[in-house]
Amino acid sequence: MDPLLKLDNVSSFIGPFHILQGVSLEVYPGEAIVILGRNGAGKTTTLRTIIGLVAASDGKIFLDNVDLTAMPPYHAVRQGIGFVPEDYGIFDALTVEENLLIAMWQQDQDTLDRRDHVLELFTDLKESYKRLASTLSGGQRQMLSIARALVNDNKVILIDEPSKGLAPIIVEKVRDTLLTFKQKKTIVLVEQNFEMACAVGDRYYIVTEGQTVLDGTIKELMDDEELQRKHLGFVTA
Amino acid sequence: MHIFLMLLINGLAEGALIFLMAAGLSIILGLLGVVNFTHGVLFIWGGYVSIWIFNMTGSFPIAIIAAVAAGFIMGLIFERLFIRPVYGNVTAQILITLGLGVVFTDMARLFWGPNPIPASRPEFMDGTWIIDSVIISQYRIFLIIIGILVAIGINYLVNKTKVGMVMRAGIQSPDMVQALGINIKVYFAGVFAGGAALAALGGALYVPLVGSVWSGMGINNQILAFIVIILGGMGSFYGSAVGSIIIGLTVAFVSWFYPPLTVYTTVLLLLLVLTLKPEGLFGMAVRN
Repeated sequence: MDPLLKLDNVSSFIGPFHILQGVSLEVYPGEAIVILGRNGAGKTTTLRTIIGLVAASDGKIFLDNVDLTAMPPYHAVRQGIGFVPEDYGIFDALTVEENLLIAMWQQDQDTLDRRDHVLELFTDLKESYKRLASTLSGGQRQMLSIARALVNDNKVILIDEPSKGLAPIIVEKVRDTLLTFKQKKTIVLVEQNFEMACAVGDRYYIVTEGQTVLDGTIKELMDDEELQRKHLGFVTA
Repeated sequence: MHIFLMLLINGLAEGALIFLMAAGLSIILGLLGVVNFTHGVLFIWGGYVSIWIFNMTGSFPIAIIAAVAAGFIMGLIFERLFIRPVYGNVTAQILITLGLGVVFTDMARLFWGPNPIPASRPEFMDGTWIIDSVIISQYRIFLIIIGILVAIGINYLVNKTKVGMVMRAGIQSPDMVQALGINIKVYFAGVFAGGAALAALGGALYVPLVGSVWSGMGINNQILAFIVIILGGMGSFYGSAVGSIIIGLTVAFVSWFYPPLTVYTTVLLLLLVLTLKPEGLFGMAVRN
């Protein structure tokens, strides 16, 4: 089976800084992979490079055998990628409704059905539908960001640290949400919260200094405390 | 009471003209973050093109449409060739747009000559109404109506359409707009060209009011437009509308009741607002 998303030795720069120095990964349809690594390792840049917000200077990026490498972001995303950024990327000057509308590529019945479905899933958003997004709490903003990635029939969803800055009870809710749509979607998750990563992920990649240095199943990672300590700096109970 | 009504109409008409110029400038600054000193030259070209076409066709509506189209096309060209490479670089924007202003002002002189070209109002709105001994210029009422229609149109565009949604979202995060699959560059070009078209419309409507077009008329109006957007709040469309009306009315009343103060009116207003509310009446951009 061909990978749905493939990064082949991808490099990229932010300004003069060589951030990604050879990231390679493969994501197969229906699986959830987690990109792990210490702060500044290049996890977020990996996601931003996939969708072209950071230009790849070397290597290749394929989605469903379509070469995304040189595509501008708006074109790369339209190949079927939903993006949930670390800071949620919510537009404060827009209402919840408008934040969803702006993300919808079409207004056909299928898209409207998907929007209605996510509103059923995230009841807070339904209740705040006409309110300005600036009035939402951190958890609600995260839900809206995820909802936006789900209104189109995307092939893969990229999610950057969905638990960051959220209260533990909200993190649980986000985790449950990811587990719900994991059954239907292919996910690439960047996550520092080890518990969340283990709950959602099927496989992992570890990025260190802009390079993928290890990969395996989440179960292997959970069983290997030495690996966790060495590459992630985790101290697990 | 009669004087008050006449000054009110004159002030609102002036305000409407200033608004056409300031609204485009404000939207370009607010959404694109571009300090655009080509606005004055677009105003001039709008004036010249409208007179040129009016003299050829004798049709005022066609002349106005041609001026707006010329402004839009010039805006597209300016954005694509000169502005796009310097988004985010304010110093370069100022230098480049000032340079473009000089070049295109000289080009206007080259095409249409250095002397003012007389312009007349279209016959169907050249007259006056006399209501209870108050003389009301039909053209000034026309300007007020155009100003109101443009304000309603921009308000609808910004708040009720997907274009407006993208514009409001783009102010906060152009990258995130792109990450949702939207080509923000097309919207940027459209916004710049739309703002340029408004400036050209302002020029085309200004010329019949003052009776001639000349290459120096852009600079004063451009300065006035910048004063309006500082007064109203940088990047605020509502601020530019209110600021234009305030300046139009203040100048009209001051010039009637105390003419020596007229030339200082706008500067004094600006000073007052900058002292009491430095971010402008409706703005937050400066404070941010």
